[in-house]
Amino acid sequence: MHSDPRSMLPRRAVLTVAGVVTASLVLAACSGGSDSSDTAAAGPKTVSQAEVDKAMTTPTELTFWSWVPRIEKEVALFQAKYPAIKIKVVNAGAGQPEYTKLRTALKAGTGAPDVAQIEFQFIPTFSLTKSLVDLRPYGADAVKDKFVDWTWGQVTGRGGEVWGYPQDTGPMGMLYRKDIFDKYNIDLPTTWDEFAAASKKLHAAAPDINFTNLAPNNNGVWMGLVWQAGGRPFKNTAADAVSVSVNDEISKKVGAYWDGLVKDGSVSTDPDFTDAWFQGLARGKYAAWITAAWGPLFLTGSAKGSSGKWRAAPLPQWDASKPASGNWGGSTSAVISGTKNPIAAAKFAEFINTDPESTKLFTTDQFFFPATKALLADSSFTQQKPAFYGGQAVNEVFAKVSDTVDTTFAWPPFADQAGTDWNETVGKSFTAKGDVGAALDDWQKRVTDYATNQGFKVSQN
Amino acid sequence: MSTEVQSAPTVSGSRRARRTTSARTSVGYLFVAPFLLMFAGLFILPLVYAAYLSLFTERLIGGKAFAGFANYSRALGDDRLIGGIIRVAQFFAFQVPIMLLLALLAALAIDSGLLRYSKVFRLGIFLPYAVPSVVATLMWGYLYGRDFGPIGQVTEAFGLGKPDLLGPNVAFGSMANVVTWEFTGYNMIIIYAALRAIPTDLYEAAAVDGANAWRIAWHIKIPAIRPALMLCLIFSVIGSFQLFAEPQLLQRLAPSVIDSAYTPNLYAYTLAFTGQEVNYAAAVSFLLGLVIVIASYAVLFVTSRGSRRA
Repeated sequence: MHSDPRSMLPRRAVLTVAGVVTASLVLAACSGGSDSSDTAAAGPKTVSQAEVDKAMTTPTELTFWSWVPRIEKEVALFQAKYPAIKIKVVNAGAGQPEYTKLRTALKAGTGAPDVAQIEFQFIPTFSLTKSLVDLRPYGADAVKDKFVDWTWGQVTGRGGEVWGYPQDTGPMGMLYRKDIFDKYNIDLPTTWDEFAAASKKLHAAAPDINFTNLAPNNNGVWMGLVWQAGGRPFKNTAADAVSVSVNDEISKKVGAYWDGLVKDGSVSTDPDFTDAWFQGLARGKYAAWITAAWGPLFLTGSAKGSSGKWRAAPLPQWDASKPASGNWGGSTSAVISGTKNPIAAAKFAEFINTDPESTKLFTTDQFFFPATKALLADSSFTQQKPAFYGGQAVNEVFAKVSDTVDTTFAWPPFADQAGTDWNETVGKSFTAKGDVGAALDDWQKRVTDYATNQGFKVSQN
Repeated sequence: MSTEVQSAPTVSGSRRARRTTSARTSVGYLFVAPFLLMFAGLFILPLVYAAYLSLFTERLIGGKAFAGFANYSRALGDDRLIGGIIRVAQFFAFQVPIMLLLALLAALAIDSGLLRYSKVFRLGIFLPYAVPSVVATLMWGYLYGRDFGPIGQVTEAFGLGKPDLLGPNVAFGSMANVVTWEFTGYNMIIIYAALRAIPTDLYEAAAVDGANAWRIAWHIKIPAIRPALMLCLIFSVIGSFQLFAEPQLLQRLAPSVIDSAYTPNLYAYTLAFTGQEVNYAAAVSFLLGLVIVIASYAVLFVTSRGSRRA
């Protein structure tokens, strides 16, 4: 074969170019550090009122990532008050997809929003990577007392930093179809034993209705149930140390309970928030939905047809004398580090989550459960009787539930990795009707290995 | 005199020839330059950066550190990665022969001239390739739906119950079905183009010998399009091993069956974007690339041995 004349100059040129660029990349990477926020230094210096006024009257454009439907209404209230600031609302996905995009944008150094919706359980994950702006210099301490104590605790960092303003909470309860319960003579269960009995009864009478669904891809529900049962699987013992005990006795008890119901067929294991699952809710495939106070928001969309047939109740209890519940989700508005307009962004986040009109609108339009003390005490909120619930004073139910949520539950700084691992171990074993106990041990091992790999000192409770 | 006239052109003529050759060559480079720039920037540079990343580790606690080949040795011992590679190898062994056979039959049928409305069939079989794989997968995901999908509704109407097409044993086949649907047309077009290039006097000779359409196909057409079949095979090797879009989109619908390490590409994606282990993901990607190179050579080797024997 003759030598290839093409393989001479161009390849050498390409290699040289590549080599030069690589060298410069190496130099840049070695010298540069991660993008840290301006105000993460020790001792926050409060921004002066003059600076705030100036920022709020300078024409600015902010990007706000949120998956809350119709949040444009609350944003419009802000824009009416501060016409110089334009907010671009982007739905970058609900939950995990948005966090993935956020992390990618932060790593790339471009494309990240100014304000983003971040659920409580993901605050440690983003604060660890210095992706959030401490809100204390922007007047966070002044509004601290407006919020329910345990929500403020969830957004406060180890050094007292405030990482976000709470928007809503998700005390867990049970939404059920009253019409199905009445049709098959099911009494509302108040303990887990009654729940199991009701589940078997309904499934025997109507085999194509499942009493409820346990999604194998939603770690949030599981954590809420373990929270209710008194479990504390994660503890952030120090800045570089975590305690992980996701296969403790409480978790195994909860696992065994649900395993029994799944194995006898009365509880299905369909992935949630898919088209088929929405259809199932709309058509009465599931008689009950273990969910948080924001659940109805999703029902008003695809399951509109079942309006008026749903009722809310507290979760069944392990111990009827000590009512408890867990929390699932609930979001905050956090300012993302690298924003060019921290003052405007911080004030925007503060406004939509503290302004009386905005927070009220969240509860009436989006069925949010508020994180502000004012609304929880407001009788016009607690006495609301939405038609979707057939006129039941739903908020009162969830307000009582909210009081029973233990405030010491903590989240690890790698919540999404832990959640994905749960899907592939415990979630999978529910679907495959396998050994939940072994799956929990598997999950424990995976989380511990990951944490150790990432440099944490891991202990077990 | 004649020798002088003849010798002069050889000296200056060759110099002139060399000048025109180099002028022509540099114009050639100019034409290729835009593509080379894009190629370097969008292909070479990311590869180099990924290789650089794979030599480091960046942890949540402790930051960046040089790790040498630690990521690669971890990848070689990673059961989930090896399982994923085996799975795509099985996918290749199962799906590609079926798809190429269908494409070959379709191309032969259309080329035989015995098929009416062959243009309609040609377009119809190729059309799925024009549908983006994301759209195709979402559509098939809906069709496969156990409770409310159309396939389930049809089988129920025939009294066959509602099959779980994304269940543990079936999801693999269902995904193979989606990929076959998407790419049969593409392979068919390649084979058809090769068939069109066969000199027609071969057919006349065959007709003289009394061969029917089947024998023509077996003895003349298929041997003649061997290079095109090789091309399709290599594309399929690379495509199968890089399977990503279909598992990622179907994972939402069957999270317990399709886990995040179902295929190596999906594993690398999850490592990078959920686990924030970008460096390990880069090492996994390079290892996958190496596996694909080995697989391509293996396929070429096996098939060329066959031709040497023939």
